[in-house]
Amino acid sequence: MTAEASTAGEAGARSPLSGLTGKWWFWAAVIVAVFAIVGLDVWGLDEDAENHKAILSFLGDGLVGFLKAVTEPVALFWLKLGFAIETSMTGLLVGVLYSLVALGFVLIYKASGMFNYSQGVMVLFAALTFVGLTEYGIPVILALVMAVGVMILFAIVVEFLILRHLVNQEQIILFMATIGLAFFLEGFGDTIWGSNVKKIPLDLPSGAMDWLTIGDWNVQVQWLDISAAATGAVMVVALAVFFNKTRIGRALRAVADDHQAALSVGINLRTIWIIVWSVAGIVALFAGIVWGAPSGVQFSLSLIALKALPVLLIGGFESIPGAIVAGLIVGFGEKIAEVSWGDSLGGGIENWFAFMLAMVFLVIRPQGLFGEKIIERV
Amino acid sequence: MIRKLTLVLASVTLVTSAVAVAQTQAQTQYFPVFSYRTGPYAPNGIPSADGIVDYMALLNERDGGVGGVKLVTEECEFGYNTKRGVECYERLKSKGPVIVMPYSTGLTYKLLPSAAKDKVVVLTVGYGRTDASDGRVFPWAFTTPTTYWSQASAFVKYMGAQSGGMKRLKGKKIALIYHNSAYGKEPIPTLQTLAKRLGFKLTLLAVDHPGQEQKATWLKIRRLRPNYILLWGWGVMNQVAIKEAANIGMVKRMIGVWWSGAEQDVAPSPKAAIGYRAGTFHAAGRDFPIFKDIDKYVYGRGKGTNKSSVGQILYNRGMVNAIFATEAMRGAQKKFGVKRVNGDQMRWGMENLNITAARWTAMGLKGFMAPIKNTCADHEGNGPVMIQRWNGKVWKIISKPISPMQNVIRPMIEASAAAFAKKNGITPRKC
Repeated sequence: MTAEASTAGEAGARSPLSGLTGKWWFWAAVIVAVFAIVGLDVWGLDEDAENHKAILSFLGDGLVGFLKAVTEPVALFWLKLGFAIETSMTGLLVGVLYSLVALGFVLIYKASGMFNYSQGVMVLFAALTFVGLTEYGIPVILALVMAVGVMILFAIVVEFLILRHLVNQEQIILFMATIGLAFFLEGFGDTIWGSNVKKIPLDLPSGAMDWLTIGDWNVQVQWLDISAAATGAVMVVALAVFFNKTRIGRALRAVADDHQAALSVGINLRTIWIIVWSVAGIVALFAGIVWGAPSGVQFSLSLIALKALPVLLIGGFESIPGAIVAGLIVGFGEKIAEVSWGDSLGGGIENWFAFMLAMVFLVIRPQGLFGEKIIERV
Repeated sequence: MIRKLTLVLASVTLVTSAVAVAQTQAQTQYFPVFSYRTGPYAPNGIPSADGIVDYMALLNERDGGVGGVKLVTEECEFGYNTKRGVECYERLKSKGPVIVMPYSTGLTYKLLPSAAKDKVVVLTVGYGRTDASDGRVFPWAFTTPTTYWSQASAFVKYMGAQSGGMKRLKGKKIALIYHNSAYGKEPIPTLQTLAKRLGFKLTLLAVDHPGQEQKATWLKIRRLRPNYILLWGWGVMNQVAIKEAANIGMVKRMIGVWWSGAEQDVAPSPKAAIGYRAGTFHAAGRDFPIFKDIDKYVYGRGKGTNKSSVGQILYNRGMVNAIFATEAMRGAQKKFGVKRVNGDQMRWGMENLNITAARWTAMGLKGFMAPIKNTCADHEGNGPVMIQRWNGKVWKIISKPISPMQNVIRPMIEASAAAFAKKNGITPRKC
């Protein structure tokens, strides 16, 4: 079989619904169905409308009962518009922070095809370094600069000790290497800076502002969320400019597109790796600061990487816009889900809901919203 | 000839070593310490373990051990992971422990059946399985000095008093934000029973491990506008919850379980947490004579674990664990006339634990804790609960000791223990 003769690999990216998802009428039908169900439900909420109840009754308790259980909480949620707006805003602001964490993964994946398992621990280590340095009396700004320096040094060491020895290795080997790196970094950070909860030494805003009143509801947004999201947004814009408008950024994109081609035009792969790991380290530092503001810097910061996984699955592993949009989808979706269905499902559903959402996206679009379609020719 | 001589020498060495080991064992008592100095709960695990180890070191250095028997501690790091905790237990079992302090409710549930078979006392100070307080069904488990159910009932009493009487709780909205685990779910039956009885509306809000992100929960709190919020958290869940409550101006309505009321919990936002209250069953700080001894005999001799932990709430609680275990050992030594106690004797010691106010004073801990007395049937000791408040710098106790609602709690404990006994074919012993 020749390389051109088969496109069997394409099946790897094909989902059971992929034939339908390309049809406009499929999506039109989905939208109409959702509106019909929610509309019928809201309509049925009017207890005086006997004819509405009769229709619901006529349709039967089975399917309608299930759909009602699913849609009624959502309908009720949107009927309380003020609360719905506040929930949506909060979800979107949290989503920006998810994007920030996911970006670290995306950067490294784009440049080296490596899923960096240690990204979560990098968040912890970077934040620990920053706070730890201030505990030695170093001024905040200087400590921030020094923490950036440490993350760049870390990138150089990783390239020197790990990456250069693993060129052309299987992805699973690269992945395993990052697992080892994560455990090392976790223990190293603990040994150097200790395990106690550390306060972020920045005078970050606290409290909430009432910015809108709808009915009897004051829509509040927390200052900390706004400032964290603003920081995240600045980081995202800075990265976008860096990747699109600078020479190094273009080189990074070239490497991401095709290692061999990039090498053939003289791009130094090792330099690119150092730059990418440095940028991922700096992103980790900012993520650590914004996530550590409410909780303090402590081990659990490393677990926020789990929050980035559904974002990556939805947005695609190699797409910066994908990480941003998917972060917003996850943040928004999980908050609405928890507030709408959390109580009836025993609460605490937002964590697994994000993964369920990711699974749905995987079925419909395996490569993620902005991921590149995988076509392997054999 | 040389061969014979070598054999004789080897045999003598072996016998001498065996005798020496046996003698050493007779002069020491082994205490495994289940610690978590790593992982997401390390900030809580470190001072807890420090308190246990330092107190045992104090007894060794100052008093030469307990009744002339040196105490040997060995830490096993389990990262607050139940599976690893069970592995620790299995590994250390061969060294002859007679008491274990799992420091995790999940691990407690796992260890209870095997520890009973191995004749090892399971001491769970302020955590664990509440119905194990019924000594007739759980002879090897001790929940001294008080339990989650007792604490929940004490909180309801406190909220009643704050509202102007228990009757005023009717119609009040109380939200329980809990760690979505066996630990977090412990107070639910008590609160549900009391909600029915007293007419307050209870809302349950679960937060998944580790609790770094809780926005949806706090949106629900904003919508609910409860009169009181009970926080049943652990680790990072506490810090985030306190910050979220402060951001929406509800920190003063919130009362935390005793595992949500330590210095670590308010560390990220000490100012915003001012006014936050939490339960406790012992005092905070180091204004007790015993701490001078700890400085002198433990840290002065380079035997301490971590000086910055000393006097922290969780350090003091670790010390309480060690105090109960060693006081039970002391009682057993006296009763049975032995040096090194075995499992049965330690169990007797725990069952007859009686720490009076005079004994607390003698230990250099006057006013540190209420007197505790266990019985064969009651392994809880009916310890009171106190409320403490964060003032921006330290935790201060602001309430008198609140006795749990034993008329409500004890029947629940007995019913639950009886159901457990029936299901597992256990015949409750007579006390």
